[in-house]
Amino acid sequence: MEFSMSDEQRMIADTAREIAEDFPPEYWREKEEKQEFAEEFWRAISDAGFVGIIIPEEYGGAGMGMIELLIAMEELAANGCGMAGVWYLVLTEVFGALSIVKHGTEKQKEKYLPKIAKGKLEFCMALTEPDAGTNTLNIKTTAKKDGDEWVINGNKIFISGADRAGGMLIVARTTPKEKAPRRTYGISLFLVELPNPAIRINPIPKHGINYSKTCEVSFNDLRLPEDSLIPPQDEGWYLILDILNPERMSFTTAAIGISKLAINKAIEYSKHRRVFVDPIGSYQALQFPLAESYAMLEAAKLMNFKAAWLFDNNVNYREVGSFANMAKVVAVEAGIKAVYWAMQIFGGYGYTKEYDVERWWREINLIRLAPVTQQMALAYIGEHILGMPKSYRV
Amino acid sequence: MKIGNGGESLKIFVLAKHAIDTESEIRLKDEKSIDEKGLIYDINDWDRYAIEEAIRLKEMHGGEVTVIGVGNNEDTLRKCLAMGADRAIKIPLETGMDPYKTALAIKDVISEENFDLIIAGLMSQDCNNALVGALLASMLNLPFATAVTSVKVEDGKLRVTRELEGGYQEEVILQLPCLITVQSGINEPRYVSIMGIKRAKSKEIKEVDVKVDKEMIELERMYLPPVKKAELITGSADEIAEKLIEIFKEKGVI
Ligand SMILES: Cc1cc2nc3c(=O)[nH]c(=O)nc-3n(C[C@H](O)[C@H](O)[C@H](O)COP(=O)(O)OP(=O)(O)OC[C@H]3O[C@@H](n4cnc5c(N)ncnc54)[C@H](O)[C@@H]3O)c2cc1C
Repeated sequence: MEFSMSDEQRMIADTAREIAEDFPPEYWREKEEKQEFAEEFWRAISDAGFVGIIIPEEYGGAGMGMIELLIAMEELAANGCGMAGVWYLVLTEVFGALSIVKHGTEKQKEKYLPKIAKGKLEFCMALTEPDAGTNTLNIKTTAKKDGDEWVINGNKIFISGADRAGGMLIVARTTPKEKAPRRTYGISLFLVELPNPAIRINPIPKHGINYSKTCEVSFNDLRLPEDSLIPPQDEGWYLILDILNPERMSFTTAAIGISKLAINKAIEYSKHRRVFVDPIGSYQALQFPLAESYAMLEAAKLMNFKAAWLFDNNVNYREVGSFANMAKVVAVEAGIKAVYWAMQIFGGYGYTKEYDVERWWREINLIRLAPVTQQMALAYIGEHILGMPKSYRV
Repeated sequence: MKIGNGGESLKIFVLAKHAIDTESEIRLKDEKSIDEKGLIYDINDWDRYAIEEAIRLKEMHGGEVTVIGVGNNEDTLRKCLAMGADRAIKIPLETGMDPYKTALAIKDVISEENFDLIIAGLMSQDCNNALVGALLASMLNLPFATAVTSVKVEDGKLRVTRELEGGYQEEVILQLPCLITVQSGINEPRYVSIMGIKRAKSKEIKEVDVKVDKEMIELERMYLPPVKKAELITGSADEIAEKLIEIFKEKGVI
């Protein structure tokens, strides 16, 4: 067992910290309020090679793994960027680069990866549908072969980054569920360049993370060349698990990073704020919830790194998924508690925009819903780890 | 020692110190030393600009950048390698707060090397002496300029701008080889990149042992400056104003 970071990993953390210090909470407050994409930040992390961490060297990346990506994400998030330190990297590097690195054809790799590594091509993933949220296998978007083209039709919802991405990973059914020998059969993955006149995109006003837009997307006879499929056809479910597990780990890291950021700001404030005689930070009522959530966050972090280690070492998706889900459940509970109490420490000031903690509260609130809800993560643990009956009918 | 080669390709040495970060909480262990606990070290901020300037000159004119550090400084040397330096020399000598000793150690090593230009930071963020660069230049008999805010290589010479007091600037032309110390803000140092970190792994950090017997500074006593107490003035607005005027008068402010 080895718990120490390598020199390289330490340096990645240092760089991430340095970048984060140049993009402090005030920067994000403004970007969020103006609902603007953080161009400067994106340039900075692209130039520093963060978007290429998991891309092999022959395609212009660093050829590292999820462990390194999570280290970078946590430091960015915890040192000032909050969710933004993770969000942009998830959309482009996990949804885009990782799916292509893991399962793309040689041609797809050559076409997309060098541009992604440079930060010149952003990505998004269109999986969720109005009638198939948590029940992913229920997706209705279809891809049908017409000559040597694929024709895609259907509606997606909550597709983050679709408004500006140059690339999209589409999850569609090539065999309807009714005709499939098993529920997981018949899902296929496609890569498409955006914008495309057959794809309509409509941003949805939302609670937080407004330095990025999350959109409704519809495909109306979208015609794609044959080689836009990530093979094998109909077995896309198993491919997508290699994206969904790292996505989960990334959001666990986001919960940890956002919480640490909020906790640190609250501690700083609590040392100086006096209401009665002593600084409020000396009160156990405020210390204990922070201490408790911090301990849980650290535990989740270890478990999350275990999931990443398993993933980087090509252990099967089930084992990766077990640790990714358990880490996520713990990190989110602890994170919500941490940010709740950080906000409490700020009293009325915590409710103002100026102290930023209200923004982190809105950010952490997403992670109980996405990428997987807490309930579905618990259902996974019950069924697949504890071996209990499946708790819902499909 | 080789004379400057027409500005086509430059051999540059950069001095980089692994220095206590100014945000560290400083505590004393005893009257002669600082408690290492709680200290955070990083590359001296001015040296970040120095290494960046060297890498830019190399990118423009070609050549080689060697970074050299005295003390236990591997993290800082690695960082410079990751930013783009070609090789590093570590002199594992404890020189404490004695800039003369540091300069002597560097002189010993650097005089064995070929170089066109030595770049140092104007000062180090821990001691603020601003001495190592100037001392080294005189030990090596080199022309030098301090507090440099811009650099241009011109035909075997270096045209630099120096910062003077009161917002004035001075332009100086130095014959290569020479030494400059750079002011912060001369450029915008790049972030260490992931690829740079990867490349740094295979770059050499050469350790060179140097003996320096001479000490120019004798440390007598270290102490933390006495804390100026804040005074909380209470009372009605009139009383507070009254008291403030009294204090301002006493301090000669008004
Ligand atoms: C801001 C934002 C960004 C997003 N970005 C993307 C994106 O880029 N790409 C993408 O594809 N998707 C994206 N999503 C979608 C996200 O992954 C889904 O919202 C999430 O998976 C939940 O699906 P749903 O909203 O349909 O909830 P539903 O499936 O409708 O669930 C509603 C509630 O019922 C509970 N529930 C459902 N079934 C069970 C059960 N069997 N047992 C117990 N409880 C149950 C759920 O836990 C939840 O609390 C995003 C969502 C948001 C809000």
